[in-house]
Amino acid sequence: MSSTPIDKVVSNIPGGEETPHEYGIETLAVHAGARPDPVTGARSTPIFQTTSFVFNDADHAASLFNLQTFGYVYSRMTNPTVAVFEERVAALEGGRGAVACASGHAAQFLVAVTLMQSGDEFISSRNLYGGSITQFGISFPKLGWKCHFVDPTDPENFRKAMTDKVKFIFLEGLANPGGIIVDLEKVAAIAHEFGIPLVVDNTLASPYLCRPFDWGADLVVHSTTKFIGGHGNTMGGVVIESGKFDWRQNDKFPAMSEPEPAYHGLIFAETFGDFGFTMKVRTVALRDYGPTLNPTAAWNMLQGVETLPLRMERHCSNALAAAEWLQKHPKVSWVSYSGLKDSPYYELAQKYVPKGAGAVFTFGIKGGFEAGIKFVDSVNMFSHLANIGDTRSLILHPSSTTHRQLTEEQQMAAGAGPDVVRLSVGIETIDDIIADLEQALDQV
Amino acid sequence: MNMAAATAVEDNPLIYLPHHKFYSDDKLRRILSSVRTFAMVGASTNWKRPSFYAMKYLTQKGYRVIPVNPSRAGEEILGEKVYATVGDVPFDLDMVDIFRTSEEALEITKDVIANKDAKNIKVLWMQLTVRHDPAAELAEAAGLEVVMDRCPKIEYGRLSGELSWCGINSGIISNKSLKPPR
Repeated sequence: MSSTPIDKVVSNIPGGEETPHEYGIETLAVHAGARPDPVTGARSTPIFQTTSFVFNDADHAASLFNLQTFGYVYSRMTNPTVAVFEERVAALEGGRGAVACASGHAAQFLVAVTLMQSGDEFISSRNLYGGSITQFGISFPKLGWKCHFVDPTDPENFRKAMTDKVKFIFLEGLANPGGIIVDLEKVAAIAHEFGIPLVVDNTLASPYLCRPFDWGADLVVHSTTKFIGGHGNTMGGVVIESGKFDWRQNDKFPAMSEPEPAYHGLIFAETFGDFGFTMKVRTVALRDYGPTLNPTAAWNMLQGVETLPLRMERHCSNALAAAEWLQKHPKVSWVSYSGLKDSPYYELAQKYVPKGAGAVFTFGIKGGFEAGIKFVDSVNMFSHLANIGDTRSLILHPSSTTHRQLTEEQQMAAGAGPDVVRLSVGIETIDDIIADLEQALDQV
Repeated sequence: MNMAAATAVEDNPLIYLPHHKFYSDDKLRRILSSVRTFAMVGASTNWKRPSFYAMKYLTQKGYRVIPVNPSRAGEEILGEKVYATVGDVPFDLDMVDIFRTSEEALEITKDVIANKDAKNIKVLWMQLTVRHDPAAELAEAAGLEVVMDRCPKIEYGRLSGELSWCGINSGIISNKSLKPPR
């Protein structure tokens, strides 16, 4: 073996001898995690539509079940197609590892069940997707988990709600249904002051517009059903770990820092180090609760995510143009889009989402609840449905649909009052998008 | 991109060498391809310890891993006799892997340097979170190649593609399928 000094070693990575080459996000969106298939040379990632994987021998099987070697056992936990998608998203977010799962709600559940015991608490921004408010406020308490909802526009509200049972802070950075941006860096500092992680739902921004790990977040979740998949055809979710949170700095996270009975007393933070959380979520929470992403769904997501940067550019430019047009319309009372210069969140948008403020925003229609219903019934091209992040332009009246289980007070707090219309602006021709809004407003 | 080290850099007097901020994939692959037999200082008889995990994995990949642990000398781990010190190992070692704390790394490094010529040692490797730049400087001056704050199991798994199987970001962009560093 030669003893070549390290400064003479030429990296196989372009540009780098002594420093790593940082690939751009467009490159990562196409390539990260996907290498040609070692057996067939297939360049596109194959769909490994199989439940199970054979063991080489009994010792190999034992090593796999003890987590002593890497390998596939059963597609509830790991699958080669799903793994490519997981590495792709981990790379896009600048994270250490990722676990894909069946939906965004499943991702939130996997984080919660890994970080909390019954009797534990967490603090969440109240400006969330309505389904998340219901999950946290109604369903989680049945498992003994208490959520403190706070107004995220003042980061100090998170500190005020802190108790010694709180295990994490949760928020949407670019919040659904739209217009609000939370000061990630300040909330991360508060979380770390109390030795707990900041969990960011980055669904609306996508890693193309914002990478929460760059601002101190410790875990990121996505509903990949939205912009990452991007085409409104497949459900999915993902949990991504930064690899930088020290789970052993206190005794708040026994799942990470104490022996795991399900694996003969293994300590995940010790054995797996900076990807211990990813391993814990996969080998305990995903294994035992089972919200797996199937390989065909993962393949659909891989197809979608390749064009994430291109789509987000168009989503953002179309959304800004639509928001500016609506702002001038006499039947529109207000527009809440942080990309607008008069938005109270414009400054934060310039910091956290400088490439664009996303595709989703809300506006107020004069005439309230009835006018909102009439408007969504009058559009021709916008699809009236409960999703966001599709290539198609989508429209929703939250108070009569996604947020209808909430009280009017909760609806107002979530930015989903009776006059609110939510748009998820697609990537169609902008003139057609505006023409559809115009003819529908004419009918109100 | 090589994954960032887990060790905090700020204000740590043991961390200052710029050429240990990053190791190219080529360098790590070259080392892991050339090494056949290495000593693991701090190997554990407890099968739940990380060192046992690393030893078992690398043994399965074809390396001969010689356990060194003074409190377990004479016992066996995975069929290999445990020696008290590197100097006690009665044959050549391509590499020594320090699976102890950063504070202990300097004394172990001095022992490795003292045995370098007798045992034909070429590489000094310090485990993930273990970093001691003064020790690395001594080792490099003695002609040893040094890797710090990395785990050979994780790097083998990363370069071979196996780490990617569980959703870990390898940082490797390639138009070729990944091959184990053998």
